[in-house]
Amino acid sequence: MNELLMAFLVGGVLCLIGQLIMDLTKPAITPGHILVGYISVGALLSGLGLYQPLVDLAGAGATIPLSGFGHSLTQGTLKAVEESGLLGAISGGVEATAAGITAAIIFGYVAAVLFNPKG
Amino acid sequence: MNTSADQLKKIEAQEYDDLVNQTKPKPTVLKNCIWAFVIGGLICTLGQIILNFFMGQGLSKLDAGSATSVVMIFLAALFTGLGWYDVLGKHAGAGSIVPITGFANAIVASAMEYKREGYIFGVGARIFSVAGPTLVFGFAIAVVIGLIKVVFS
Amino acid sequence: MANQKKLGSQTIMFENPPVLTAWATIVGPKEGEGPWGSDFDWVMEDYEFGEESWEKAETKLLRETIKLAVSKKNYSPQDIELLVSGDLLNQITSSSFAARELQIPFLGMYGACSTMAESLLTAAMAIDGGYFERTVAAVSSHYYTAERQFRFPAEQGTQRSISSQWTVTGAGAVVLEKGIYGGPRLTCATIGKIIDMGQKDANNMGSAMAPAAADTIKTHLNDTDRSPDYYDLIVTGDLGKVGSALVKQLFIKNGVVPEPNYSDCGVLIFNDNQDTHAGGSGCGCCAAMLCGPLLKKMVQGKIARLLLVATGALMSPTTSFQGESIPGIAHAVALENL
Repeated sequence: MNELLMAFLVGGVLCLIGQLIMDLTKPAITPGHILVGYISVGALLSGLGLYQPLVDLAGAGATIPLSGFGHSLTQGTLKAVEESGLLGAISGGVEATAAGITAAIIFGYVAAVLFNPKG
Repeated sequence: MNTSADQLKKIEAQEYDDLVNQTKPKPTVLKNCIWAFVIGGLICTLGQIILNFFMGQGLSKLDAGSATSVVMIFLAALFTGLGWYDVLGKHAGAGSIVPITGFANAIVASAMEYKREGYIFGVGARIFSVAGPTLVFGFAIAVVIGLIKVVFS
Repeated sequence: MANQKKLGSQTIMFENPPVLTAWATIVGPKEGEGPWGSDFDWVMEDYEFGEESWEKAETKLLRETIKLAVSKKNYSPQDIELLVSGDLLNQITSSSFAARELQIPFLGMYGACSTMAESLLTAAMAIDGGYFERTVAAVSSHYYTAERQFRFPAEQGTQRSISSQWTVTGAGAVVLEKGIYGGPRLTCATIGKIIDMGQKDANNMGSAMAPAAADTIKTHLNDTDRSPDYYDLIVTGDLGKVGSALVKQLFIKNGVVPEPNYSDCGVLIFNDNQDTHAGGSGCGCCAAMLCGPLLKKMVQGKIARLLLVATGALMSPTTSFQGESIPGIAHAVALENL
């Protein structure tokens, strides 16, 4: 129960920050910018060792927001560097997030084939 | 170059901009924030439930995490296809954009929209039109961090 | 020799004002549910209009509206000598593809949402200049084709800003004829200049276009030496709630007195509870309002003199990405019961 609550709270706060950015900054910030921002900040904080504590605290509350995807990218890269050095730096991120990326492509394509945008 | 005319134009533009900022309606920040917090929190809670399920099935932490992402992406794709995700997004704002489901929604919405342009250059190319930059920047930063580690170890 | 047909700097006066002999408008479901639903000729059941894509639906919308307008005078498209038409899509394909079937000599126009006035004044010039006797001015817009081109895919979960407007799904067509018989007449028109006050927010186009509207209205009144109360109604195309609030302030600033009886088609076309935020926009916005309620009121005698000031925001997604501001333009056409 406690971990569900933490997931709710931390996930909620991360989204709240995004909402404040959308509402209070210049109108040029689109959802695309939010996506890029979150994955980048997540990847960066992860590299500095600052994201893992959040994951330990809140579980899915930290991994479900797109910053969590950035965290997976960085962690995958760092692990692969330990194992394979330079090659790992290049391939590690993609390997770690391959499931998510492939799922997005495949489900995206299937949904596009099966459904029409509704008027 | 008539600089005083340019300066006058600049002042006029600034004055007009001030007028615009005074006149335009302010976003309902508090209401938006509450919606974003609640919906975002609920989506993450759902993710936690799914994560716990997979770990209970004996998957390692890493694999359970990947599996959870896949399921969340599937759900987002389904709801986008059914036409429900945009209704959610209207109210939830960042609460539906920030979670990985928002990433999947952007991909699926683009792919669905451009189906009329064919399955190769319509759907195929457009899958990444909104989410492409996301991956480019995510990869780039991760690689740079990896390279830094290579250099310093 | 003084040019009698041009007044002041930007206004053209028609010697034999062309008559608006027939008009028609077809709108989408949301517009049909609005306050003027019963004043439009047809309301579409859905946004697809029986077609495979929204672009094809918009082409059909425009084509059928033109056919409906000309049929009201028992004409066929072949009886029309010139079609002046435009829309919001890249390469104005709705108009070109509609003209393809209609086989009328065709001039495509692009003025963004100001295109209705632009088409009307051009179609009128063609008649008053002695070249043609029967022309048609038409425009269309469609919510989903505009969103797809300018903003986001339909199913993406975005949160629209409060100042953003809803592109009207609708087309309007007017038949103009040379003649002396009754009907509202297009007496003069003011061609606008591009006014850009440095506004960059594409989610708040009303702010970008308001200065152009104010400038054109002021110029029109100066050129024609008319007071604002010459007109029973001065109506802008699609400034929306934000833009129309701004233009009222600009009237005061520009010394347009007395304050005109002013409204905006974007504000009028939807109810507040239709969740369109700042109101309607698009070429079809003022076209539907004109060819629906406004001309109806002119025929009923409730409005004797109308100044339609259609407003356009002339940016593209590319220029916005390149950091450019939004150039605005407004064209005015005066419609009078003579």
